Amino acid sequence: MHLKNLRLLNFKNYEDVYIEFTSKINCIVGENGSGKTNMLDAMHYLSLTKSAINSIDIQNIRHESIFFTIKGTFNKSGRDHEIFCSLEKGKKKVFRQDNTEYEKLSEHIGQFPAVLIAPGDNEIIRDGNDIRRKYFDTILAQIDHQYLLDLMDYNHNLRQRNSLLKFFRDNLSADPDLIEPYNHNLLDLGQKIHQKRKNFADRYFPVFEEKYAFIAENKEKTTISYVSQFDEIDYENTLKTTLSHDIEAQRTSFGIHNDKWELMINGRRLKNFGSQGQQKTFVIALKLAQYDIIKEEKGFAPLLLLDDIFDKLDDRRIHKLMGMVAADYFSQIFITDTRPERTKSILSSLSLEGNIVAINDGKIIK
Amino acid sequence: MEYPSQHIEEAVNEISKLPGIGKKTALRLVLHLLKQPNAETRSLAQALIRMRDETKFCKVCHNISDREICRICSSPRRDNTIVCVIEDTRDVMAIENTGQYLGLYHVLGGVISPIEGIGPDNLNISSLLKRINASDSNVKELILALNPTMEGDTTSFFITKKISRSGLKVTSLARGVPVGGELEYADEITLGRSITARIHYQPN
Repeated sequence: MHLKNLRLLNFKNYEDVYIEFTSKINCIVGENGSGKTNMLDAMHYLSLTKSAINSIDIQNIRHESIFFTIKGTFNKSGRDHEIFCSLEKGKKKVFRQDNTEYEKLSEHIGQFPAVLIAPGDNEIIRDGNDIRRKYFDTILAQIDHQYLLDLMDYNHNLRQRNSLLKFFRDNLSADPDLIEPYNHNLLDLGQKIHQKRKNFADRYFPVFEEKYAFIAENKEKTTISYVSQFDEIDYENTLKTTLSHDIEAQRTSFGIHNDKWELMINGRRLKNFGSQGQQKTFVIALKLAQYDIIKEEKGFAPLLLLDDIFDKLDDRRIHKLMGMVAADYFSQIFITDTRPERTKSILSSLSLEGNIVAINDGKIIK
Repeated sequence: MEYPSQHIEEAVNEISKLPGIGKKTALRLVLHLLKQPNAETRSLAQALIRMRDETKFCKVCHNISDREICRICSSPRRDNTIVCVIEDTRDVMAIENTGQYLGLYHVLGGVISPIEGIGPDNLNISSLLKRINASDSNVKELILALNPTMEGDTTSFFITKKISRSGLKVTSLARGVPVGGELEYADEITLGRSITARIHYQPN
Protein backbone atom coordinates (compact mmCIF):
# COMPACT_ATOMS: atom_id res chain seq x y z
CA MET A 1 0.00 0.00 0.00
CA HIS A 2 1.16 3.53 -0.62
CA LEU A 3 -0.05 7.11 -0.50
CA LYS A 4 0.04 8.64 -3.99
CA ASN A 5 -0.83 12.21 -3.18
CA LEU A 6 -1.98 14.57 -0.49
CA ARG A 7 -4.03 17.73 -0.58
CA LEU A 8 -4.18 19.98 2.46
CA LEU A 9 -6.50 22.93 2.94
CA ASN A 10 -6.18 25.12 6.03
CA PHE A 11 -4.61 22.26 7.92
CA LYS A 12 -2.29 23.56 10.63
CA ASN A 13 0.22 25.85 8.86
CA TYR A 14 -0.80 24.80 5.34
CA GLU A 15 -3.18 27.00 3.41
CA ASP A 16 -3.53 25.04 0.20
CA VAL A 17 -0.99 22.48 -1.01
CA TYR A 18 -0.99 19.45 -3.26
CA ILE A 19 1.92 16.99 -3.29
CA GLU A 20 2.61 13.75 -5.08
CA PHE A 21 4.77 11.05 -3.55
CA THR A 22 6.76 8.09 -4.79
CA SER A 23 5.86 4.64 -3.56
CA LYS A 24 9.29 4.22 -1.93
CA ILE A 25 11.22 6.77 0.10
CA ASN A 26 10.01 10.34 0.48
CA CYS A 27 12.10 12.88 2.38
CA ILE A 28 10.34 15.94 3.68
CA VAL A 29 12.96 18.58 4.40
CA GLY A 30 12.74 22.10 5.74
CA GLU A 31 13.63 24.39 8.62
CA ASN A 32 12.17 23.95 12.08
CA GLY A 33 8.57 25.14 12.10
CA SER A 34 8.17 24.80 8.33
CA GLY A 35 5.49 22.11 8.64
CA LYS A 36 7.28 18.77 8.24
CA THR A 37 5.65 17.13 11.23
CA ASN A 38 2.29 18.62 10.27
CA MET A 39 2.49 16.85 6.94
CA LEU A 40 3.10 13.50 8.63
CA ASP A 41 0.27 14.32 11.00
CA ALA A 42 -2.08 14.79 8.04
CA MET A 43 -1.16 11.26 6.94
CA HIS A 44 -1.81 10.07 10.48
CA TYR A 45 -5.29 11.63 10.20
CA LEU A 46 -6.01 9.76 6.98
CA SER A 47 -4.92 6.51 8.59
CA LEU A 48 -6.33 6.76 12.10
CA THR A 49 -8.97 9.53 11.76
CA LYS A 50 -7.15 11.74 14.24
CA SER A 51 -4.00 13.68 14.97
CA ALA A 52 -1.01 12.02 16.59
CA ILE A 53 -0.17 15.26 18.36
CA ASN A 54 -3.24 17.27 19.18
CA SER A 55 -6.36 15.32 20.04
CA ILE A 56 -8.51 18.47 19.90
CA ASP A 57 -9.50 18.44 16.24
CA ILE A 58 -10.55 22.06 16.10
CA GLN A 59 -7.07 23.23 17.06
CA ASN A 60 -5.71 21.70 13.86
CA ILE A 61 -7.56 24.26 11.76
CA ARG A 62 -5.23 26.91 10.36
CA HIS A 63 -5.25 30.15 12.29
CA GLU A 64 -8.25 32.34 11.37
CA SER A 65 -9.82 29.71 9.10
CA ILE A 66 -13.11 27.98 9.76
CA PHE A 67 -12.36 24.52 8.41
CA PHE A 68 -9.62 22.13 7.36
CA THR A 69 -9.63 19.44 4.69
CA ILE A 70 -7.18 16.58 4.19
CA LYS A 71 -7.51 14.51 1.06
CA GLY A 72 -5.27 11.68 -0.06
CA THR A 73 -5.23 8.88 -2.60
CA PHE A 74 -4.04 5.51 -1.36
CA ASN A 75 -3.16 2.70 -3.68
CA LYS A 76 -3.93 -0.67 -2.16
CA SER A 77 -3.60 -3.92 -4.11
CA GLY A 78 -3.52 -1.98 -7.36
CA ARG A 79 -6.67 0.02 -6.67
CA ASP A 80 -6.97 3.70 -5.79
CA HIS A 81 -8.98 4.84 -2.81
CA GLU A 82 -9.61 8.46 -2.02
CA ILE A 83 -9.79 9.29 1.66
CA PHE A 84 -11.32 12.59 2.65
CA CYS A 85 -11.31 14.16 6.09
CA SER A 86 -12.78 17.53 6.86
CA LEU A 87 -13.70 19.53 9.91
CA GLU A 88 -15.68 22.73 10.01
CA LYS A 89 -15.89 24.70 13.25
CA GLY A 90 -19.03 23.79 15.16
CA LYS A 91 -19.73 20.73 13.03
CA LYS A 92 -19.03 17.05 13.14
CA LYS A 93 -15.84 15.69 11.56
CA VAL A 94 -16.61 14.25 8.13
CA PHE A 95 -14.72 11.21 6.93
CA ARG A 96 -15.22 9.61 3.54
CA GLN A 97 -13.76 6.81 1.50
CA ASP A 98 -14.36 7.13 -2.24
CA ASN A 99 -17.08 9.74 -1.61
CA THR A 100 -19.00 7.53 0.79
CA GLU A 101 -19.24 8.89 4.30
CA TYR A 102 -18.53 6.56 7.20
CA GLU A 103 -21.33 6.13 9.69
CA LYS A 104 -18.77 5.55 12.39
CA LEU A 105 -15.14 6.64 12.32
CA SER A 106 -14.16 3.31 13.87
CA GLU A 107 -15.06 1.59 10.57
CA HIS A 108 -12.11 3.29 8.92
CA ILE A 109 -9.46 2.30 11.45
CA GLY A 110 -7.17 -0.46 10.24
CA GLN A 111 -7.99 -0.09 6.55
CA PHE A 112 -5.02 2.14 5.71
CA PRO A 113 -2.59 1.51 8.55
CA ALA A 114 0.39 3.69 9.39
CA VAL A 115 3.19 3.49 11.93
CA LEU A 116 4.65 6.74 13.20
CA ILE A 117 8.04 6.99 14.88
CA ALA A 118 8.35 10.43 16.43
CA PRO A 119 10.28 12.30 19.13
CA GLY A 120 7.26 12.24 21.45
CA ASP A 121 7.31 8.45 21.54
CA ASN A 122 9.33 8.19 24.70
CA GLU A 123 6.09 8.97 26.55
CA ILE A 124 5.38 5.25 26.05
CA ILE A 125 8.25 4.60 28.43
CA ARG A 126 8.09 7.67 30.61
CA ASP A 127 4.37 8.11 31.23
CA GLY A 128 1.75 6.09 33.03
CA ASN A 129 0.10 2.80 32.25
CA ASP A 130 -2.77 4.43 30.40
CA ILE A 131 -0.39 5.65 27.68
CA ARG A 132 1.05 2.15 27.21
CA ARG A 133 -2.43 0.60 27.17
CA LYS A 134 -3.47 3.13 24.55
CA TYR A 135 -0.37 2.38 22.50
CA PHE A 136 -1.02 -1.36 22.41
CA ASP A 137 -4.77 -0.85 21.94
CA THR A 138 -4.12 1.21 18.83
CA ILE A 139 -2.11 -1.63 17.33
CA LEU A 140 -4.71 -4.22 18.25
CA ALA A 141 -7.51 -2.03 16.88
CA GLN A 142 -5.72 -1.81 13.55
CA ILE A 143 -5.39 -5.55 13.16
CA ASP A 144 -8.64 -6.70 14.78
CA HIS A 145 -11.79 -4.66 14.24
CA GLN A 146 -13.83 -6.74 16.68
CA TYR A 147 -11.28 -5.89 19.36
CA LEU A 148 -11.95 -2.19 18.80
CA LEU A 149 -15.72 -2.70 19.02
CA ASP A 150 -15.39 -4.75 22.21
CA LEU A 151 -13.11 -2.16 23.74
CA MET A 152 -15.51 0.67 22.91
CA ASP A 153 -18.37 -1.30 24.48
CA TYR A 154 -16.23 -2.10 27.49
CA ASN A 155 -15.42 1.57 28.05
CA HIS A 156 -19.05 2.56 27.62
CA ASN A 157 -20.11 -0.07 30.14
CA LEU A 158 -17.43 1.14 32.53
CA ARG A 159 -18.72 4.72 32.33
CA GLN A 160 -22.25 3.48 33.02
CA ARG A 161 -21.03 1.42 35.96
CA ASN A 162 -19.10 4.35 37.43
CA SER A 163 -22.15 6.61 37.07
CA LEU A 164 -24.18 3.97 38.86
CA LEU A 165 -21.63 3.84 41.70
CA LYS A 166 -22.05 7.58 42.13
CA PHE A 167 -25.83 7.17 42.08
CA PHE A 168 -25.56 4.48 44.77
CA ARG A 169 -23.44 6.68 46.94
CA ASP A 170 -25.66 9.74 46.56
CA ASN A 171 -28.76 7.71 47.40
CA LEU A 172 -27.12 5.68 50.16
CA SER A 173 -28.55 2.54 48.66
CA ALA A 174 -27.19 -0.16 46.41
CA ASP A 175 -29.38 -2.66 44.62
CA PRO A 176 -27.14 -5.63 43.80
CA ASP A 177 -29.50 -6.61 40.98
CA LEU A 178 -28.81 -3.29 39.32
CA ILE A 179 -25.01 -3.53 39.37
CA GLU A 180 -25.09 -7.09 38.09
CA PRO A 181 -25.71 -6.38 34.39
CA TYR A 182 -22.68 -4.08 34.42
CA ASN A 183 -20.57 -6.68 36.21
CA HIS A 184 -21.68 -9.23 33.67
CA ASN A 185 -20.62 -7.02 30.74
CA LEU A 186 -17.38 -6.09 32.45
CA LEU A 187 -16.45 -9.75 32.88
CA ASP A 188 -17.71 -10.89 29.51
CA LEU A 189 -16.07 -8.14 27.42
CA GLY A 190 -13.08 -7.97 29.76
CA GLN A 191 -12.40 -11.65 29.29
CA LYS A 192 -12.43 -11.32 25.49
CA ILE A 193 -10.15 -8.28 25.55
CA HIS A 194 -7.81 -9.93 28.04
CA GLN A 195 -7.48 -13.04 25.89
CA LYS A 196 -6.68 -10.95 22.81
CA ARG A 197 -4.13 -8.82 24.64
CA LYS A 198 -2.49 -11.95 25.96
CA ASN A 199 -2.31 -13.63 22.57
CA PHE A 200 -1.00 -10.41 21.12
CA ALA A 201 1.72 -10.12 23.78
CA ASP A 202 2.88 -13.67 23.04
CA ARG A 203 3.12 -12.90 19.37
CA TYR A 204 4.53 -9.40 19.65
CA PHE A 205 7.28 -10.02 22.15
CA PRO A 206 9.59 -12.30 20.08
CA VAL A 207 9.34 -9.86 17.15
CA PHE A 208 10.22 -6.99 19.44
CA GLU A 209 13.20 -8.89 20.91
CA GLU A 210 14.55 -9.58 17.46
CA LYS A 211 14.30 -5.91 16.45
CA TYR A 212 15.92 -4.75 19.65
CA ALA A 213 18.84 -7.13 19.28
CA PHE A 214 19.36 -6.08 15.70
CA ILE A 215 19.51 -2.35 16.40
CA ALA A 216 21.34 -2.56 19.73
CA GLU A 217 23.83 -5.26 18.75
CA ASN A 218 24.23 -6.30 22.33
CA LYS A 219 23.00 -8.80 24.83
CA GLU A 220 20.74 -6.71 27.02
CA LYS A 221 17.85 -8.72 28.31
CA THR A 222 14.61 -6.93 27.47
CA THR A 223 11.15 -7.99 28.54
CA ILE A 224 7.65 -6.77 27.98
CA SER A 225 5.17 -8.35 30.30
CA TYR A 226 1.45 -8.04 30.18
CA VAL A 227 -0.14 -8.05 33.63
CA SER A 228 -3.87 -8.14 34.27
CA GLN A 229 -6.25 -8.69 37.15
CA PHE A 230 -7.84 -11.23 34.82
CA ASP A 231 -4.71 -13.39 35.16
CA GLU A 232 -5.90 -14.50 38.59
CA ILE A 233 -7.66 -17.85 38.59
CA ASP A 234 -10.50 -16.64 40.75
CA TYR A 235 -10.99 -13.34 38.95
CA GLU A 236 -14.74 -13.71 38.52
CA ASN A 237 -15.27 -13.62 42.25
CA THR A 238 -13.06 -10.62 42.84
CA LEU A 239 -15.61 -8.28 41.33
CA LYS A 240 -18.30 -9.41 43.79
CA THR A 241 -16.17 -8.42 46.76
CA THR A 242 -15.28 -4.94 45.59
CA LEU A 243 -18.71 -3.29 45.42
CA SER A 244 -18.68 -1.41 48.72
CA HIS A 245 -15.13 -0.26 48.11
CA ASP A 246 -16.05 0.81 44.56
CA ILE A 247 -19.04 2.81 45.80
CA GLU A 248 -16.82 4.61 48.29
CA ALA A 249 -14.13 5.35 45.68
CA GLN A 250 -16.70 5.98 42.90
CA ARG A 251 -14.61 4.05 40.47
CA THR A 252 -14.36 0.46 39.32
CA SER A 253 -11.32 -1.12 40.91
CA PHE A 254 -11.38 -4.34 38.92
CA GLY A 255 -11.10 -4.76 35.18
CA ILE A 256 -8.95 -4.65 32.09
CA HIS A 257 -8.81 -0.87 32.33
CA ASN A 258 -6.19 -1.50 35.03
CA ASP A 259 -4.04 -3.76 32.84
CA LYS A 260 -0.33 -3.04 32.75
CA TRP A 261 2.32 -3.41 30.09
CA GLU A 262 5.64 -3.53 31.92
CA LEU A 263 8.82 -2.69 30.05
CA MET A 264 11.96 -4.08 31.62
CA ILE A 265 15.65 -4.12 30.86
CA ASN A 266 18.00 -6.56 32.55
CA GLY A 267 15.23 -7.34 35.00
CA ARG A 268 14.66 -3.74 36.06
CA ARG A 269 12.20 -1.06 35.04
CA LEU A 270 13.28 0.58 31.84
CA LYS A 271 11.84 3.93 32.88
CA ASN A 272 14.12 4.15 35.92
CA PHE A 273 17.09 2.04 34.95
CA GLY A 274 17.44 2.22 31.17
CA SER A 275 20.02 4.61 29.73
CA GLN A 276 18.92 7.25 27.20
CA GLY A 277 20.29 5.12 24.38
CA GLN A 278 18.58 1.98 25.63
CA GLN A 279 15.29 3.81 25.93
CA LYS A 280 15.53 5.17 22.39
CA THR A 281 16.37 1.76 20.99
CA PHE A 282 13.53 0.23 22.99
CA VAL A 283 10.97 2.65 21.55
CA ILE A 284 12.14 2.13 17.99
CA ALA A 285 12.08 -1.63 18.43
CA LEU A 286 8.52 -1.36 19.78
CA LYS A 287 7.49 0.53 16.66
CA LEU A 288 9.30 -1.72 14.22
CA ALA A 289 7.70 -4.78 15.80
CA GLN A 290 4.35 -3.01 15.44
CA TYR A 291 5.16 -2.41 11.77
CA ASP A 292 6.03 -6.07 11.18
CA ILE A 293 2.93 -7.39 12.90
CA ILE A 294 0.55 -5.08 11.08
CA LYS A 295 2.22 -6.01 7.82
CA GLU A 296 1.95 -9.71 8.53
CA GLU A 297 -1.68 -9.39 9.59
CA LYS A 298 -2.80 -7.21 6.67
CA GLY A 299 -0.71 -8.80 3.96
CA PHE A 300 0.66 -5.39 2.95
CA ALA A 301 3.01 -2.87 4.53
CA PRO A 302 1.62 0.08 6.49
CA LEU A 303 2.98 3.57 5.80
CA LEU A 304 6.10 4.21 7.82
CA LEU A 305 6.32 7.77 9.09
CA LEU A 306 9.71 8.67 10.53
CA ASP A 307 9.56 12.06 12.17
CA ASP A 308 12.86 13.68 13.01
CA ILE A 309 14.61 10.46 14.00
CA PHE A 310 18.03 11.42 12.66
CA ASP A 311 18.55 13.96 15.41
CA LYS A 312 17.77 11.37 18.01
CA LEU A 313 19.92 8.45 16.94
CA ASP A 314 23.61 8.00 16.31
CA ASP A 315 24.85 7.28 12.78
CA ARG A 316 25.35 3.60 13.32
CA ARG A 317 21.81 3.11 14.53
CA ILE A 318 20.43 5.25 11.70
CA HIS A 319 22.22 3.10 9.14
CA LYS A 320 20.93 -0.10 10.68
CA LEU A 321 17.42 1.26 10.89
CA MET A 322 17.35 2.60 7.35
CA GLY A 323 18.91 -0.58 6.04
CA MET A 324 16.20 -2.58 7.73
CA VAL A 325 13.20 -0.58 6.58
CA ALA A 326 14.46 0.05 3.08
CA ALA A 327 15.23 -3.62 2.53
CA ASP A 328 11.54 -4.18 1.92
CA TYR A 329 10.77 -3.21 -1.63
CA PHE A 330 7.04 -2.82 -1.04
CA SER A 331 7.09 -0.33 1.77
CA GLN A 332 6.55 3.38 1.50
CA ILE A 333 8.53 5.57 3.89
CA PHE A 334 8.26 9.22 4.84
CA ILE A 335 11.23 10.82 6.59
CA THR A 336 11.46 14.35 7.90
CA ASP A 337 14.77 16.10 8.41
CA THR A 338 15.97 19.65 8.95
CA ARG A 339 19.18 18.92 7.04
CA PRO A 340 18.66 17.75 3.47
CA GLU A 341 22.40 16.99 2.93
CA ARG A 342 22.40 14.53 5.82
CA THR A 343 19.35 12.67 4.49
CA LYS A 344 20.87 12.54 1.02
CA SER A 345 24.20 11.21 2.26
CA ILE A 346 22.57 8.52 4.42
CA LEU A 347 20.45 7.39 1.50
CA SER A 348 23.34 7.36 -0.96
CA SER A 349 25.58 5.43 1.43
CA LEU A 350 22.87 2.75 1.42
CA SER A 351 22.46 3.11 -2.38
CA LEU A 352 18.88 4.25 -1.93
CA GLU A 353 17.03 6.94 -3.76
CA GLY A 354 14.65 9.32 -2.15
CA ASN A 355 12.12 11.77 -3.47
CA ILE A 356 12.89 15.12 -1.83
CA VAL A 357 9.99 17.36 -0.86
CA ALA A 358 11.30 20.70 0.35
CA ILE A 359 8.96 22.90 2.33
CA ASN A 360 9.14 26.32 3.82
CA ASP A 361 6.52 28.03 5.94
CA GLY A 362 3.67 25.79 4.84
CA LYS A 363 4.57 25.95 1.14
CA ILE A 364 6.16 23.43 -1.18
CA ILE A 365 9.31 24.89 -2.69
CA LYS A 366 10.51 21.82 -4.54
CA MET B 1 -31.17 36.55 12.65
CA GLU B 2 -33.25 39.75 12.55
CA TYR B 3 -37.00 39.12 12.30
CA PRO B 4 -39.42 41.75 11.01
CA SER B 5 -41.87 40.96 13.79
CA GLN B 6 -41.54 39.94 17.38
CA HIS B 7 -44.46 37.50 17.02
CA ILE B 8 -42.69 35.76 14.18
CA GLU B 9 -39.56 35.54 16.28
CA GLU B 10 -41.44 34.00 19.20
CA ALA B 11 -43.09 31.41 16.97
CA VAL B 12 -39.76 30.55 15.32
CA ASN B 13 -38.10 30.13 18.71
CA GLU B 14 -40.83 27.83 19.95
CA ILE B 15 -40.92 25.67 16.84
CA SER B 16 -37.14 25.35 16.64
CA LYS B 17 -37.14 23.74 20.09
CA LEU B 18 -38.64 20.65 18.46
CA PRO B 19 -36.27 17.79 17.64
CA GLY B 20 -34.77 17.91 14.17
CA ILE B 21 -35.92 21.47 13.46
CA GLY B 22 -33.49 24.37 13.17
CA LYS B 23 -34.18 28.10 12.95
CA LYS B 24 -34.38 28.13 9.15
CA THR B 25 -36.89 25.29 8.94
CA ALA B 26 -38.88 26.88 11.75
CA LEU B 27 -39.04 30.16 9.83
CA ARG B 28 -40.18 28.34 6.71
CA LEU B 29 -43.00 26.69 8.67
CA VAL B 30 -44.03 29.97 10.25
CA LEU B 31 -44.15 31.78 6.91
CA HIS B 32 -46.13 28.89 5.47
CA LEU B 33 -48.71 29.13 8.25
CA LEU B 34 -48.94 32.87 7.68
CA LYS B 35 -49.92 32.26 4.08
CA GLN B 36 -52.66 29.75 4.96
CA PRO B 37 -56.16 30.79 6.08
CA ASN B 38 -56.38 31.78 9.72
CA ALA B 39 -58.52 28.75 10.51
CA GLU B 40 -55.74 26.33 9.58
CA THR B 41 -53.40 27.70 12.21
CA ARG B 42 -56.18 27.82 14.74
CA SER B 43 -57.01 24.17 14.22
CA LEU B 44 -53.33 23.22 14.40
CA ALA B 45 -52.95 25.05 17.68
CA GLN B 46 -56.11 23.49 19.06
CA ALA B 47 -55.01 20.02 18.02
CA LEU B 48 -51.72 20.52 19.84
CA ILE B 49 -53.38 21.78 23.01
CA ARG B 50 -55.94 18.99 22.97
CA MET B 51 -53.20 16.45 22.37
CA ARG B 52 -51.27 17.73 25.38
CA ASP B 53 -54.25 18.13 27.73
CA GLU B 54 -56.27 15.11 26.92
CA THR B 55 -53.79 12.38 26.12
CA LYS B 56 -53.62 9.90 28.93
CA PHE B 57 -51.34 7.03 29.70
CA CYS B 58 -52.93 3.65 30.25
CA LYS B 59 -52.92 2.77 33.94
CA VAL B 60 -51.93 -0.80 33.20
CA CYS B 61 -49.41 -0.73 30.36
CA HIS B 62 -48.48 3.02 30.26
CA ASN B 63 -49.11 3.21 26.54
CA ILE B 64 -50.61 6.42 25.19
CA SER B 65 -54.38 6.21 25.37
CA ASP B 66 -57.57 8.25 25.29
CA ARG B 67 -58.96 6.30 28.20
CA GLU B 68 -57.89 5.19 31.67
CA ILE B 69 -57.29 1.68 30.35
CA CYS B 70 -56.15 1.51 26.74
CA ARG B 71 -57.89 -0.31 23.93
CA ILE B 72 -55.35 -3.14 23.89
CA CYS B 73 -55.44 -3.78 27.64
CA SER B 74 -59.24 -3.73 27.75
CA SER B 75 -59.81 -5.90 24.68
CA PRO B 76 -61.26 -9.34 25.48
CA ARG B 77 -59.63 -10.70 22.34
CA ARG B 78 -56.07 -10.11 23.55
CA ASP B 79 -54.14 -12.90 25.21
CA ASN B 80 -53.50 -11.77 28.79
CA THR B 81 -50.98 -14.51 29.49
CA ILE B 82 -48.25 -12.78 27.46
CA VAL B 83 -46.76 -9.34 28.10
CA CYS B 84 -44.33 -7.72 25.71
CA VAL B 85 -41.95 -5.19 27.33
CA ILE B 86 -40.94 -2.30 25.09
CA GLU B 87 -39.30 1.08 25.34
CA ASP B 88 -41.94 3.45 24.02
CA THR B 89 -45.18 3.87 22.12
CA ARG B 90 -43.48 3.74 18.74
CA ASP B 91 -42.45 0.17 19.48
CA VAL B 92 -46.05 -0.76 20.30
CA MET B 93 -47.13 0.69 16.97
CA ALA B 94 -44.38 -1.17 15.12
CA ILE B 95 -45.31 -4.53 16.66
CA GLU B 96 -49.06 -3.89 16.21
CA ASN B 97 -48.46 -3.21 12.53
CA THR B 98 -47.02 -6.69 12.07
CA GLY B 99 -50.43 -8.15 12.95
CA GLN B 100 -48.55 -11.11 14.44
CA TYR B 101 -48.97 -10.40 18.11
CA LEU B 102 -52.12 -10.73 20.19
CA GLY B 103 -50.72 -10.41 23.70
CA LEU B 104 -50.44 -7.33 25.90
CA TYR B 105 -47.72 -4.68 26.29
CA HIS B 106 -45.83 -2.88 28.97
CA VAL B 107 -44.21 0.43 28.03
CA LEU B 108 -41.12 1.20 30.13
CA GLY B 109 -40.71 4.78 28.88
CA GLY B 110 -36.97 4.37 28.31
CA VAL B 111 -34.04 2.22 29.34
CA ILE B 112 -31.67 2.27 32.31
CA SER B 113 -28.70 4.59 31.73
CA PRO B 114 -26.90 5.89 34.83
CA ILE B 115 -24.84 8.31 32.70
CA GLU B 116 -28.05 10.13 31.78
CA GLY B 117 -29.36 9.79 35.33
CA ILE B 118 -32.01 7.24 34.35
CA GLY B 119 -32.41 4.51 36.93
CA PRO B 120 -35.15 1.87 37.38
CA ASP B 121 -37.20 4.33 39.46
CA ASN B 122 -37.50 6.68 36.51
CA LEU B 123 -39.05 3.93 34.41
CA ASN B 124 -42.23 1.87 34.64
CA ILE B 125 -40.40 -1.13 36.06
CA SER B 126 -41.94 -1.39 39.52
CA SER B 127 -45.42 -1.29 37.98
CA LEU B 128 -44.39 -4.15 35.69
CA LEU B 129 -43.27 -6.22 38.65
CA LYS B 130 -46.48 -5.39 40.52
CA ARG B 131 -48.49 -6.31 37.46
CA ILE B 132 -46.99 -9.76 36.99
CA ASN B 133 -46.84 -10.55 40.70
CA ALA B 134 -50.47 -9.57 41.35
CA SER B 135 -52.58 -12.39 42.76
CA ASP B 136 -55.06 -12.17 39.86
CA SER B 137 -52.33 -12.08 37.21
CA ASN B 138 -52.58 -14.55 34.35
CA VAL B 139 -49.17 -13.64 32.90
CA LYS B 140 -47.11 -16.69 31.99
CA GLU B 141 -44.64 -15.24 29.54
CA LEU B 142 -42.70 -12.02 29.33
CA ILE B 143 -41.26 -10.98 25.97
CA LEU B 144 -38.31 -8.61 26.31
CA ALA B 145 -38.40 -6.52 23.15
CA LEU B 146 -36.07 -3.64 24.02
CA ASN B 147 -33.70 -2.20 21.44
CA PRO B 148 -30.51 -4.24 21.00
CA THR B 149 -28.23 -1.58 22.48
CA MET B 150 -26.07 -1.99 25.54
CA GLU B 151 -28.64 -0.03 27.59
CA GLY B 152 -31.50 -2.15 26.26
CA ASP B 153 -29.64 -5.34 27.15
CA THR B 154 -28.77 -4.04 30.61
CA THR B 155 -32.41 -3.20 31.27
CA SER B 156 -33.53 -6.66 30.09
CA PHE B 157 -30.91 -8.25 32.32
CA PHE B 158 -32.12 -6.23 35.32
CA ILE B 159 -35.78 -7.11 34.75
CA THR B 160 -34.87 -10.77 34.39
CA LYS B 161 -33.01 -10.64 37.71
CA LYS B 162 -36.03 -9.05 39.39
CA ILE B 163 -38.48 -11.70 38.24
CA SER B 164 -36.16 -14.70 38.48
CA ARG B 165 -38.13 -16.04 41.45
CA SER B 166 -41.52 -15.75 39.75
CA GLY B 167 -41.03 -18.79 37.53
CA LEU B 168 -42.23 -16.79 34.53
CA LYS B 169 -41.13 -17.78 31.04
CA VAL B 170 -38.88 -15.03 29.69
CA THR B 171 -38.24 -14.70 25.98
CA SER B 172 -36.58 -12.10 23.77
CA LEU B 173 -36.91 -11.19 20.12
CA ALA B 174 -34.90 -13.29 17.67
CA ARG B 175 -32.08 -11.36 16.05
CA GLY B 176 -30.99 -12.20 12.56
CA VAL B 177 -30.95 -11.51 8.87
CA PRO B 178 -33.85 -9.44 7.57
CA VAL B 179 -36.52 -11.18 5.50
CA GLY B 180 -35.87 -10.61 1.81
CA GLY B 181 -32.37 -9.37 2.58
CA GLU B 182 -29.27 -10.70 0.94
CA LEU B 183 -26.63 -12.32 3.09
CA GLU B 184 -23.74 -10.39 1.62
CA TYR B 185 -25.35 -7.13 2.75
CA ALA B 186 -26.01 -8.24 6.32
CA ASP B 187 -23.54 -6.79 8.81
CA GLU B 188 -21.07 -9.20 10.38
CA ILE B 189 -22.47 -9.03 13.89
CA THR B 190 -26.03 -9.80 12.78
CA LEU B 191 -24.91 -12.56 10.45
CA GLY B 192 -22.68 -14.02 13.17
CA ARG B 193 -25.61 -14.12 15.58
CA SER B 194 -27.84 -15.71 12.97
CA ILE B 195 -25.32 -18.48 12.47
CA THR B 196 -24.93 -19.22 16.19
CA ALA B 197 -28.67 -19.00 16.85
CA ARG B 198 -29.71 -20.91 13.71
CA ILE B 199 -33.09 -22.68 13.68
CA HIS B 200 -34.58 -25.84 12.23
CA TYR B 201 -35.44 -25.47 8.58
CA GLN B 202 -39.06 -24.63 7.91
CA PRO B 203 -40.45 -24.16 4.44
CA ASN B 204 -42.14 -20.75 4.29
